[in-house]
Amino acid sequence: MVDFSLWDILRNLLMALRWTVVLSLIAFVGGGLVGALLLFLRLRGGSAMGRAVGLYVQLFQGTPLLMQLFLAYFGIALFGIDVSAWTAASVALTLYTSAFLTEIWRGCVASIPKGQWEASGSLALSFSEQMRHVILPQAVKIAIAPTVGFLVQVIKGTALASVIGFVELTKAGSMISNATFKPFVVFSCVALLYFVLCFPVSLYAKNLERKSHGRRA
Amino acid sequence: MEFDFGAVLVDWRLLAKGVAWTVGLTAIATVIGMAVGVACAWARASGPAWLRWVVGSYVELIRNTPFIVQLFFIFFGLPAAGIKLTPETASIIAMVMNLGAYSTEIIRAGIEATPKGQIEAAVSLALDKVQVFTRVVLPPALKKVWPAMVSQIIIVMLGSAVCGQISTEELSYAANLIQSRNFRAFEAFIVATLLYLALAVALRRLLNWVGPRFFFGR
Repeated sequence: MVDFSLWDILRNLLMALRWTVVLSLIAFVGGGLVGALLLFLRLRGGSAMGRAVGLYVQLFQGTPLLMQLFLAYFGIALFGIDVSAWTAASVALTLYTSAFLTEIWRGCVASIPKGQWEASGSLALSFSEQMRHVILPQAVKIAIAPTVGFLVQVIKGTALASVIGFVELTKAGSMISNATFKPFVVFSCVALLYFVLCFPVSLYAKNLERKSHGRRA
Repeated sequence: MEFDFGAVLVDWRLLAKGVAWTVGLTAIATVIGMAVGVACAWARASGPAWLRWVVGSYVELIRNTPFIVQLFFIFFGLPAAGIKLTPETASIIAMVMNLGAYSTEIIRAGIEATPKGQIEAAVSLALDKVQVFTRVVLPPALKKVWPAMVSQIIIVMLGSAVCGQISTEELSYAANLIQSRNFRAFEAFIVATLLYLALAVALRRLLNWVGPRFFFGR
């Protein structure tokens, strides 16, 4: 029987770790773009549009990410498109991320005092000018800490892509564990790698939060 | 494309069993997980330094690793260390540890918001340490953080969908079983997803009703 050293296991896990990172970036960037678009629609599109976006957010927040992944995987296939685990995972995670980010950012915009809207409106600024010069510069500052904090949820969420056969860190862990018969060591390493990836981001988010609270106090 | 929901709904018994398991797992995880959260929040707020460090590591370790990895570690990893668990036990342990870690942070935030004067007043009324915590500090803390607590319990309920991967027979497992029988994957998962959505809405209502009545008074 071949004996696998700890280094063999770690090296293979590190190779898979990059796919976790890439998928996280796709979901985060894609989700950010879709989320920004949805936020714009919600602020600009009247109450019906507001309700529609609200429903979208509730659908994604009220159902398991795992089911969303399955639905993307089998749902896109219904249109006759051959889906890879890559596509399905990217689509599902992007939509999931967009729902959360649009809700986080909506809260940030809503926390800007109403007087700022009224004052800038009375200066005859248009909606886009109000957003660009008055609301967004303030809202973005508030939004940075919770947005970075949510990145941790996205990174952890990519682990579920393993279930539809996407070979990232968790899937690689399962495969290596089956090959080496060392599940304890392998899954400890997997957990450790996720921790190494997520903990700095958590700390950074916490620091940002502390700083922004200090500034407001 | 044609949908055939009849083929899925004919297996309603399996779905009902899955819902029952999901509800059961969530109920157990909520009760024990919140107890763990309260204990750890107390330890983090007023325990000895070494205990604070241990609890802090537990919280950060859980919050910075995916639930599915925690579940796999408990179910596949621990037997190698001589601890063999059924899928159901492993699922409950994973969910309890998960909710415990998150609720520690949530409850601690509530505890830290308690004005110092209230604790001093309670001490001057000759309440002992335990009484001060359970009667003066905890109820208003829980009241303050209840909305966050409810959201976290719902997140854990939705997260339990992963437990089907180690063959705990909850809702997502039922959906998987049904689609493997009739190949109606999309329909099976739509039905399961809608059931999860209904469970989430119902759970939020239930907890918003239960909280004020049993945990912190109106």
